[in-house]
Amino acid sequence: MATQHSRSAARIMISPAVLLLLAWMIVPLALTIYFSLLRYNLLMPGTERFVGLLNYKLFFNNPAFFTALLNTLLLVGGVLIITVVGGILLAILLDQPMWGQGIVRILVIAPFFVMPTVSALVWKNMFMNPVSGLFAEFSKAVGLQPFDFLTHAPLASIIGIVSWQWLPFATLILLTAIQSLDSEQMEAAEMDGASPLSRFWYITLPHLSRAITVVILIQTIFLLSVFAEILVTTNGGPGNASTNLTYLVYARSLLNFDVGGGSAGGVVAIILANIVAIFLMRMIGKNLDA
Amino acid sequence: MGRITLDKVTKKFGDVEVIPPLDLTIDDGEFVVFVGPSGCGKSTLLRLIAGLEDVSGGEIRIDGKPATDLPPAKRGLAMVFQSYALYPHMSVRKNIAFPMKMAGMPEDEQKRRIDNAARALNLTDYLDRRPGQLSGGQRQRVAIGRAIVREPAAFLFDEPLSNLDAALRVGMRMEISELHKKLDTTMIYVTHDQVEAMTMADKIVVLRAGNIEQVGSPLELYRNPRNTFVAGFIGSPKMNLIDGAEAKKHSAETIGVRPEHIDVSASEGTWKGRIGVAEHLGSDTFFHVHDTGLAETLTIRASGEVALRHGDTVFLTPQADKIHRFDAQGLRIA
Ligand SMILES: Nc1ncnc2c1ncn2[C@@H]1O[C@H](COP(=O)(O)OP(=O)(O)O)[C@@H](O)[C@H]1O
Ligand SMILES: [Mg+2]
Repeated sequence: MATQHSRSAARIMISPAVLLLLAWMIVPLALTIYFSLLRYNLLMPGTERFVGLLNYKLFFNNPAFFTALLNTLLLVGGVLIITVVGGILLAILLDQPMWGQGIVRILVIAPFFVMPTVSALVWKNMFMNPVSGLFAEFSKAVGLQPFDFLTHAPLASIIGIVSWQWLPFATLILLTAIQSLDSEQMEAAEMDGASPLSRFWYITLPHLSRAITVVILIQTIFLLSVFAEILVTTNGGPGNASTNLTYLVYARSLLNFDVGGGSAGGVVAIILANIVAIFLMRMIGKNLDA
Repeated sequence: MGRITLDKVTKKFGDVEVIPPLDLTIDDGEFVVFVGPSGCGKSTLLRLIAGLEDVSGGEIRIDGKPATDLPPAKRGLAMVFQSYALYPHMSVRKNIAFPMKMAGMPEDEQKRRIDNAARALNLTDYLDRRPGQLSGGQRQRVAIGRAIVREPAAFLFDEPLSNLDAALRVGMRMEISELHKKLDTTMIYVTHDQVEAMTMADKIVVLRAGNIEQVGSPLELYRNPRNTFVAGFIGSPKMNLIDGAEAKKHSAETIGVRPEHIDVSASEGTWKGRIGVAEHLGSDTFFHVHDTGLAETLTIRASGEVALRHGDTVFLTPQADKIHRFDAQGLRIA
């Protein structure tokens, strides 16, 4: 890509793909913004008209909004903490030479291949169900009252389910990072008198910092838009206890048939996601340099 | 103090015996070089001494005290690795401070030792850089600095110069030798390069397949190699080994003559041959001589001024008192 000629040729070559991607992104975004400025309810077809920022005002004034915002942040934060800490521990464990390593690694990765809806249903019906779930059976076996997870701890339960799905991803990335650690560095630290804990703290963890950054950035993007798990387990309830922004937008536009309000929520969600992204990049993005 | 004794030490990886029973004593303050071809077990032996590998049998003593079961950190030895093994996310200062920090040394003592080491190793201007921002030679010095500040009983080096270019290697060789003179601490140095061994060692240990072939000072090894392997390994260019009728004349199975102990003449001599490749180094010229009927090629070392060309016929005369004789087992005949 050195000469003027080859550079402009390259631009022409990639332009169809770029234009397609741009249209793919711009058209829905523009339409969403446009809808968010209309009074547009599917139950009253033909009455659409421009209402300015009214939809936004209503969305912000809805008490469910702040609950949903908080829930979104709790969900993202909780899952990140569980998957990063758990992922580091699992990666260290899987890095040890042990019998049946290949099978154990496949088992650990398996949850990632299960669709979110399926895994959430399995958790709901086979584990957390207060009557027939496995957890209820355990409680009864030790003589305790079964705990109704999805009613009494809906958000925590969803955090658990989503963490279970994302743990393999974090583990996989962190495992490859651990395996790329130069063994001579570890031996040098050992000779320098570092205990296993100091070696982890001073050598392994700094070595993992870049991989941890990648895990956090990628997961945050996906976790901001968790939806299927909520839909099939709690439906955002009880009340708004497990409603996040994505689910609130869905409830607005498709349960209340309020396309305008839903679109306004969507735009708010986009802005929030970008704010989170900027903060993340500021805080940890520098780990990605050099 | 740093007297290290190996007593019948063996090492097996699975069923493969890499080090057969081996005895060796390294005296306090000695500069010992383990030298041998690649894969002969030099690194393994060093790692056994360091404690990074467990011995399969035998005993290691440091200053008379049993060290076989001590973890690496408790042996009081410092190691400089081939890849330097610096901590990439720490500054040079923190790298050097790391062993002291782990030992819980007071801050001002740490600082004093870091400053001393930095001055001795010309690192003062680089203390706040990361290892990634240093050249190969500087990284090497940081690794040495990290070893010095612990004031170990002995230093262990595993091919520390093999990642450096030729000029830097010569420089670092001198620096390490000087460091040894200054500190007077035991150093064990592993290399496959016999030039490094010859130039640096007080005592050379020649290894082949985990066995010690000979132990001695560089000149002892040069003058009296115990067998054909040592004879061929020590000295550059390699000693010419000749067997057959010519060796029988000296009542030996094999005779060896170093390239520098053969006189060249255009008119007369014991052996006759034809010049092949000539390597002109300026000060010296190495001639590869063919068709002598003694060996495939003989290498001879002549002064840089000798005017012989490819294809010329030459006569060679070995210096009678410099002929080494070996028996059928390859052992030296006294
Ligand atoms: N961890 C190990 N497992 C199995 N074999 C090993 C291991 N380390 C070294 N070896 C073998 O031991 C022999 C000596 O290796 P090494 O000490 O590294 O040689 P050198 O340093 O002299 O080149 C080699 O044949 C090598 O393949
Ligand atoms: Mg080696």
